[in-house]
Amino acid sequence: MTHILPTTAPRRSRGDGFLRKTWAVLIKEFIQLKRDRVSFAMIIMIPLIQLMLFGYAINTNPRDLPTAVLFQEHNDLTRSIVAALQNTRYFKVTEFPANEVELDKLLASGKVLFAIEIPANFERAVRRGDKPAMWVAADATDPVAAGSALGALGMAVQTALAHDRAVPAAQPQMPFEIRSHARYNPAGQTQLNIVPGLVGTILTMTMLVFTALSVTREIERGTMETLLAMPITPIEIMFGKIIPYVFVGFAQASLIIFIGVFLFGVPIIGNLAVLAALSTLFIACNLATGYTFSTVAQNQLQAMQMTLMYFLPNILLSGFMFPFAGMPVWAQWIGEALPLTHYLRIVRSIMLKGSSVSDLHYDAAAMFVLMLVAMAVAVMRFRRTLD
Amino acid sequence: MTLGHESDHDVVIDVHHLTKKFDGRAVVRDLSMQVKRGQIYGFLGPNGSGKTTTIRMLCGLLTPDEGTGTCLGYDLRTQTDQIKTQVGYMTQRFSLYQDLSVRENLEFIARIYGIDKPSAAARAAVERLGLTGRENQLAGELSGGWKQRLALGACTLSGPQLLLLDEPTAGVDPKARREFWNEIHALAANGLTVLVSTHYMDEAERCHEIAYIAYGELLARGTVQEVIEQSHLTTFIVSSANGTGLAELTHELTGRAGVDMVAPFGTSLHVSGRDAKALEATIAPYREHKALEWKRSAPSLEDVFIDLMSKSRDNFQ
Ligand SMILES: Nc1ncnc2c1ncn2[C@@H]1O[C@H](COP(=O)(O)OP(=O)(O)OP(=O)(O)O)[C@@H](O)[C@H]1O
Ligand SMILES: [Mg+2]
Repeated sequence: MTHILPTTAPRRSRGDGFLRKTWAVLIKEFIQLKRDRVSFAMIIMIPLIQLMLFGYAINTNPRDLPTAVLFQEHNDLTRSIVAALQNTRYFKVTEFPANEVELDKLLASGKVLFAIEIPANFERAVRRGDKPAMWVAADATDPVAAGSALGALGMAVQTALAHDRAVPAAQPQMPFEIRSHARYNPAGQTQLNIVPGLVGTILTMTMLVFTALSVTREIERGTMETLLAMPITPIEIMFGKIIPYVFVGFAQASLIIFIGVFLFGVPIIGNLAVLAALSTLFIACNLATGYTFSTVAQNQLQAMQMTLMYFLPNILLSGFMFPFAGMPVWAQWIGEALPLTHYLRIVRSIMLKGSSVSDLHYDAAAMFVLMLVAMAVAVMRFRRTLD
Repeated sequence: MTLGHESDHDVVIDVHHLTKKFDGRAVVRDLSMQVKRGQIYGFLGPNGSGKTTTIRMLCGLLTPDEGTGTCLGYDLRTQTDQIKTQVGYMTQRFSLYQDLSVRENLEFIARIYGIDKPSAAARAAVERLGLTGRENQLAGELSGGWKQRLALGACTLSGPQLLLLDEPTAGVDPKARREFWNEIHALAANGLTVLVSTHYMDEAERCHEIAYIAYGELLARGTVQEVIEQSHLTTFIVSSANGTGLAELTHELTGRAGVDMVAPFGTSLHVSGRDAKALEATIAPYREHKALEWKRSAPSLEDVFIDLMSKSRDNFQ
């Protein structure tokens, strides 16, 4: 009259069933993710919010950037140059320093973002067609603002000068030279660089969090005891927990790139399939890293803290914020150990430069190795008992 | 009771001198026990005595610090993978996925054990367990009794040889408890071995054999009858009309020579002692009382356990 046991012994499939058990965990994780509204919202909202903040609110239309102009001579020409600057609406001339030292100070202190110097005998040189140099220094820590303003500078000034009688109207070229110099961020990255960079940082952030919590959550909820009492190996658990999020990450990357292309006009010059394949590798690499944290941390709070600790160098040393080549050597070494560094090179090269696989094999291999290392650590660290 | 060769197929659990320490503190000490096939083996002991720890060592969730043993013929240290495929473990605290439905939990387990057609197996289990109509409810939203039932269904789903049940009936109503025990007996009749921990005396009496553990040490084992006899406890039951005078008697007897335990039970009092002579000498004057009726009796299992516990605490301190 037993109700509990199956009446006939259940038939079991043979073999060690690696795929079957991985599949079991994978389905479970998918269902749990589906039920977890907050995580689900995070997958969509984080990229949207970040893209809007970086792409729109912060950078697209810089206006009235504070500018200092140092005149070494005063005449009609210099006055119309200042008027032309103001007309672009990028620049707002706020300071008129008396000498170069003051000019430098203004820029260094951040009071102005641009420092322009018009040298002595400028007008005479223009008239003679000597193409004298006008010095422009830009604070390019905010590369987007600096980049687009500098881009507009030459055109705007030239158009303005065309109306000025001092310059022969027929002259086809710029009557003078603008020697612009981007300080603090010599690479002068432009807005196009931001969207590919965001693909990498957003993926790092969300993927890490998902898997960083996965093992500690099972421990904290007590379900680890059931899981460990069943015949399942650490590798099966790991793959079962990582694979669902590869799909999630892929969807997220597609969303970001889609918005980047259609809203911000970022090109994809290279091969989309290569981009997709290497993005998947990057996603898996981050998931493996997060999973490793999960096996090292004692609880969910610790796992979150480790994720944040890891996220910081990713932002600062990967080339997302500051040009990689400009960093000190020790920082570059750290950067090389971060998957984001390699992915940023890959995604920027493919989207903006149209690089092919053969240009990228070093970075792809580096990501692969980092992923294997993370997985190996995770499998070794995974505790198979409750000791 | 000194069976215990690895070759002996009728001994399902056979462990010797198991010791488990947490942070240098021995939580289970020098524990040896044997459980035969088809037996229902009761595991009793006060809170924190090491029952859960022992069960976890048996199913490979904890590694013993000392001692050896086999479970279903597989070594506790080296063959835990094989043990896990044959053992059903029901944890003391509900540990299925709260955010998965009843059916999803069962399907997950069926898949891990490689059962053919996991959804069909889960559906069948839902029917067997009487959970029909609740299969799509989240496990976390079930009432305590239904959770217990689901957990039992989950650990039996794969058709194990040995069930390890850690307080499976805590917080379950009497009717459900009785049904549960009827089922356990039916399972054992079919050759399944069951090790079950409990705090209920009536459940202990329904086991074929019991083991009593306190402060990590196994203090008594055998059938209920054997455990009671081994205790060498002498018990008198004192009763009076409406229980008058029993409160005073309790007060006067407590702590006297030969009296180890005085416990009221409704309108009667259990007075027990390990030294029969001393006990009889102490109570002699009170037996003259007209209002009190004295009767010598076998100690109850509870008397024995409480005595064992106080004795071991004396040793422990
Ligand atoms: N992981 C652990 N780390 C440290 N100490 C532990 C751990 N698990 C159990 N203990 C300690 O071991 C002792 C025995 O615990 P155990 O859970 O085995 O008792 P129990 O007999 O099951 O008690 P209960 O009847 O309350 O369930 C307790 O003192 C407990 O605090
Ligand atoms: Mg317990």
